[in-house]
Amino acid sequence: MFAPFILALRQASIPASITEYLALLGAMQAGVAEYSIEDFYYLSRAALVKDERHLDRFDRVFATYFRALETPEAPAPRDLPEEWLRRLAEKLLTPAEMAQVQALGGFEKLMETLRQRLAEQQGRHQGGSKWIGTAGTSPFGAYGYNPEGVRIGQAESRHRRAVKVWDKREFRDLDDAAELGSRTLKLALRRLRRFARQGAATELDLSGTVRATANNAGHLDLKLVAERHNAVKVLLLLDIGGSMDEHVRVCQDLFSAARSEFKHLEYYYFHNCPYERLWRSNHRRADSELPTEQVLRTYGPDYKLIFVGDASMSPYEITHPGGSVEHWNAEAGGVWLQRLTGHYRRSAWLNPLAAGRWEHSMSVGVLRHLMQGRMFAMTLAGIEEMTRELAR
Amino acid sequence: MGFRSTDRYIASRDLEVAVNAAVTLQRPLLVKGEPGTGKTVLAHEVAQALGCRLIEWHIKSTTKAQQGLYEYDAVSRLRDGQLGDERVHDIANYIVRGKLWDAFAADEKIVVLIDEVDKADIEFPNDLLLELDRMQFFVYETRQTVTAKQRPVVIITSNNEKELPDAFLRRCFFHYIRFPDRETMERIVQAHYPDIRHDLAREALTVFFKVRDVPGLKKKPATSELLDWLKLLMVEDLPPEALRSTEKHVLIPPLHGALLKNEQDVHLFERLAFLSRRNG
Ligand SMILES: Nc1ncnc2c1ncn2[C@@H]1O[C@H](COP(=O)(O)OP(=O)(O)OP(=O)(O)O)[C@@H](O)[C@H]1O
Ligand SMILES: [Mg+2]
Repeated sequence: MFAPFILALRQASIPASITEYLALLGAMQAGVAEYSIEDFYYLSRAALVKDERHLDRFDRVFATYFRALETPEAPAPRDLPEEWLRRLAEKLLTPAEMAQVQALGGFEKLMETLRQRLAEQQGRHQGGSKWIGTAGTSPFGAYGYNPEGVRIGQAESRHRRAVKVWDKREFRDLDDAAELGSRTLKLALRRLRRFARQGAATELDLSGTVRATANNAGHLDLKLVAERHNAVKVLLLLDIGGSMDEHVRVCQDLFSAARSEFKHLEYYYFHNCPYERLWRSNHRRADSELPTEQVLRTYGPDYKLIFVGDASMSPYEITHPGGSVEHWNAEAGGVWLQRLTGHYRRSAWLNPLAAGRWEHSMSVGVLRHLMQGRMFAMTLAGIEEMTRELAR
Repeated sequence: MGFRSTDRYIASRDLEVAVNAAVTLQRPLLVKGEPGTGKTVLAHEVAQALGCRLIEWHIKSTTKAQQGLYEYDAVSRLRDGQLGDERVHDIANYIVRGKLWDAFAADEKIVVLIDEVDKADIEFPNDLLLELDRMQFFVYETRQTVTAKQRPVVIITSNNEKELPDAFLRRCFFHYIRFPDRETMERIVQAHYPDIRHDLAREALTVFFKVRDVPGLKKKPATSELLDWLKLLMVEDLPPEALRSTEKHVLIPPLHGALLKNEQDVHLFERLAFLSRRNG
């Protein structure tokens, strides 16, 4: 009875939750999308996606998912691996919420309505609607299951038992930090938030008020000190390419998740060591390249500069003109690095490489030296230390 | 029933569905989109369509959630106390209602616009979660609970300056206004200036979309700039030919100040035009 569509969305990193799903069911029941299957698509999009950056992903999942409606001869149903399901589902619902879903008719009901609609529509004009059958990569990743075949808890008793199991597992997840690393990430996020919030306060200027009130012959004259907002601005320079990709993604996700806390958060990419050009989008590197000088001009010294990279390369890439592996650089990487760290009042280097291995790499040593020791491991403690350094 | 595209306001089907879902389920609708794509006007249109009064709450960087509920005017009370005013004995005299209170207190259904929610501090949306959920709040000073007589329709706009908290997002329906394509834009122009000369509108739209394509603009002109510009063109009674650029020359459109409001953009544009003339 549980909504596999929502699971598929979450699998595609769209953070739809049971609250949204209930809203969708509620709206269906209230007849908001009475007239066409497109309306259903619009409705589910308005209910389930809350960030325009996810709209495209949503479309792809939707297309793949509801293709099943068009082709009744779907492959034989298969069960999804329990582990996969549980992991997704445990985040999603409590027994109470489960009951709510059921009360609204549940997923089967939804699918049922859709099937009917689709049949009507196909009867009217051949071909159906645009989104159905639109190709897209499978949102099910390696599983590649046909959603028609997703069988979850058709037997009620089995299902209810499962909910209890999930409830228990939630605690276990809390205990076991290593399992997914998600807890560590959450904590790191909290650190970053705290970092961002420093200095936010509205206060009554007490002494000012007393003075002004006295001047005012005892009549109250309130004085306030201007509120300081979350003013932290961050410039992230990320080493992309090769071994760094995965780390960069984690780090970028982390900062994006904290983005609401920062006044400004800017990203640029480099490869191994920053040189005279940086780029904004790694997919469209050629289009999005711009001179490092321009970045220096655009973002003032009050930005906190954070490099993210494993600092592992040939030392020449840092120390010599022409040392870059990719192009001919007129000035050595180290010169650019120092230009950057000279411009920004606070800077740090976050290194995903385990700190124990720093000793063995010459380039790490060189960069650490150039950073005057401000290189931190990409761990909880490291991030904590880094934020303390940057907030000084 | 419900909200529909009108001859004044061109709404796409997905927007209609999103609005009607929010109205039906009595949940807030969050609307995002480039500046000038009709987010604010939408609330007016929804109010109009539902036949409701609109209460607008425009958010600034200093706005606090509490101000939408009520404020306790301690300063006036202190002053009255010093002046020996009788009113001072009743604290209720110093409770100043906010926009949401006004909306909750109304006998009829109200449309509330919370405009540019992202301007406020990051805590702002979180501070309104409960109030928007239950449509009620507690006034500590007078120990009174204010509950909406009729749950208002809440429309919230954001320009994406800050991200909104998840808990807040979960409670909303969401719609992203895509920048109108040419055909939609023609209808919007038609809606505002039904008497505009056909060829003028056509040439102007061509120029408009070309300007939007200029790489590196800080602020691309949007619907509102287009409409302003068209109005000027009409007032000046410019012939459509004045807008046509030749193959080789990028023309600086007449009255381009209405399209490009940012000084840097104007410079950029003039430089491009200059280069093209020199090379041409
Ligand atoms: N779909 C539309 N139909 C009719 N007019 C429109 C439409 N979209 C925008 N407009 C017009 O464009 C102008 C700008 O709209 P509005 O002020 O609502 O934009 P906005 O998205 O709130 O902008 P901002 O983000 O700058 O506040 C208004 O004059 C409005 O009438
Ligand atoms: Mg607006």
